[in-house]
Amino acid sequence: MTYLAKPRLHHPSLVPNELGFTRRDYEGSVSTLCAGCGHDSISAAIIQACYELDLPPHRVAKLSGIGCSSKTPDYFLGASHGFNTVHGRMPSVLTGANLANRELIYLGVSGDGDSASIGFGQFAHAVRRGVNMTYIVENNGVYGLTKGQFSATSDKGSKSKKGVVNHDSAIDLVSVALQLGATFVARSFSGDKAQLVPLIKAALSHKGAAFIDTVSPCVQFNNHSGSTKSYDYVREHNESVNRLDVVSPRDPIHVDYAPGTTVQVTQHDGSVLSLHKLSAHYDPTDRIAAMSYLAQRQAAGEIVTGLLYVDPEANDLHEALETVDTPLNQLADQALIPGSGVLAKLNATLR
Amino acid sequence: MSFGHIEKIGRRVIVLGGGNTAMDCCRTSRRLGGEDVKVIVRSGFDEMKASPWEKEDAIHEDIPILNFLVPKEFTHKDGKLTGVLFEEVAATFDEKGRRKLLPTGAPDQHYECDDVLVAVGQENAFPWIERDLGLEFDEWGMPKVDPVTFQSTRPGVFFGGDAAFGPKNIIWAVAQGHEAAVSIDRFCQGGDLTDRPPPMTNLVSQKMGIHEWSYDNDISNDQRFRVPLREKVEALKDVKIEVELGFDLKQGLAEAQRCLNCDVQTVFAEPLCIECDACVDICPVDCITFTDNGEEEDLRGRLKAPALNLDQALMVSAELKTGRVMVKDEDVCLHCGLCAERCPTGAWDMQRFTLEMSHASDVGGGACQAR
Repeated sequence: MTYLAKPRLHHPSLVPNELGFTRRDYEGSVSTLCAGCGHDSISAAIIQACYELDLPPHRVAKLSGIGCSSKTPDYFLGASHGFNTVHGRMPSVLTGANLANRELIYLGVSGDGDSASIGFGQFAHAVRRGVNMTYIVENNGVYGLTKGQFSATSDKGSKSKKGVVNHDSAIDLVSVALQLGATFVARSFSGDKAQLVPLIKAALSHKGAAFIDTVSPCVQFNNHSGSTKSYDYVREHNESVNRLDVVSPRDPIHVDYAPGTTVQVTQHDGSVLSLHKLSAHYDPTDRIAAMSYLAQRQAAGEIVTGLLYVDPEANDLHEALETVDTPLNQLADQALIPGSGVLAKLNATLR
Repeated sequence: MSFGHIEKIGRRVIVLGGGNTAMDCCRTSRRLGGEDVKVIVRSGFDEMKASPWEKEDAIHEDIPILNFLVPKEFTHKDGKLTGVLFEEVAATFDEKGRRKLLPTGAPDQHYECDDVLVAVGQENAFPWIERDLGLEFDEWGMPKVDPVTFQSTRPGVFFGGDAAFGPKNIIWAVAQGHEAAVSIDRFCQGGDLTDRPPPMTNLVSQKMGIHEWSYDNDISNDQRFRVPLREKVEALKDVKIEVELGFDLKQGLAEAQRCLNCDVQTVFAEPLCIECDACVDICPVDCITFTDNGEEEDLRGRLKAPALNLDQALMVSAELKTGRVMVKDEDVCLHCGLCAERCPTGAWDMQRFTLEMSHASDVGGGACQAR
């Protein structure tokens, strides 16, 4: 952390987006996390993505639970809505908020402790219901706030800073999300913004449950040799399946890769995901293949990153429930209380 | 005036020229009895050589500055000056971007006055140096002087200050005097003039604690504070009275907060860097980029914010673990030290730079040779 506020002065060449905001306008208060925390890089990536997408800050709701990662929404989008929930309960609060007001863009930020332990069930149900949200897990494999105990995503056999070997199996949140029916699943690394920023942009414009597992090294407690979530280990074992460019509906599409190496996926809102294949046979629209590929590479000790699965035709919870287009929180009494005549008719159909 | 030879001036004064000397002349005129004082310049107001604050202060003392007027003739009657006739010009630029002042064709303007002060600057002239001394002159009649040793083409003759490379301010003259003194010292010792003692440089870490630095690294967003001035009526009464009253303690502190601590440098130690991007994320002015190395021109365009000032060299690190390099554009650095505060490994440090130029010593060349 730092005691100084980040100076408001910025580079003279900073370009405003469509809304007239510069990237700096999407910042929040200064981070209180440890120096070098991967989470701060993810915050910077979220800021960059929202700036590039021209998102009006007041249309974004950021929700989080408890933990280092869940503190981060304070450090980006200072002009957006925020809700810091009880430990592990972010998915439920997000689901409720989404049902009440479907017009906001929901960004859930959580950690491996918050989502893979205390909130594991909550995470599972929000994903399987297809709540329209972007769910980012800032995954460092340890409980940083309580001095670095193993978390549920720590790999079996990895070592703590003190040299203790983890004997529990790891929960792979990406595999779980795929199994539970998330319609957008990606994995990235806090140290690779070139990959992370387009993924966040694609997730924010995806309609349905979009999940991004972001490996985010804990410099203080999980950046030593023997850790599988350190900067060095992730860089050595990172196997990126594709490079993503998000093309907004109003931009012309231009592809500068050799033909046959690029897949284009058009999302609901008209944005095009232009995927440059790095792994020749990887098809990000095949869920079953994605799951088996992940399992194979994981067994080989690799960390597969990139856009792993996307269903461009995805539906969300509101469609499943057939709710009205008007956000529920905007419905007036007249619409909510149709009167005794309608009630009598309804009762008559049940007799 | 400062030697007491002149104590008064006419009521109406025209000052010709647009430099700081002109500003000095017009304001002094106001204090010696000039009531209607004008500055009239050939160039445009914005291109005048005078410092902006000097112009500001002159205007504050009710001195109009009239621009784009070229003096044509002094008018007089019965042997007495009556005024100056000016031709109106406009600035035009040729294809090479050189400015030319061309007459607009408007009728000439006549300004009445009792006195004219010519403050148009002076040029070097060396007609008094014999041309057969072995001292070479260039096409403009200026002596050929070595820019490093300040020695002329005749060994043992040195030039410095305005005489060496034309008019600059006194700071340059002093610096050149020091350099020439080093040369003269070497010359007298029979040494090689180009073998010069290097200046002393030093870097000292300013770190005192996790977030504590021995300099004030917080950035002030204030604009320059205006120095309080004495009441105009008072200031114009006496030529020796100070016009600027100076800052009081509170104002002085606020103004000092604007210091950018240019002497405190960001020092980068490659072996310590883990490439976590913390410095990139926190830098308020997007100075820092981690990227693949390349030619300077290509690199400048690939930075997080383009490095547009070509006069400012880029700081490029040695190759890091991932094969990338750290590139810093010093041009916009605020020296806020946030990169060093956010750095988990101390790869960034804020270090105070001191530079002690080498001086010729009067004790047998001891000090400058010892280094």
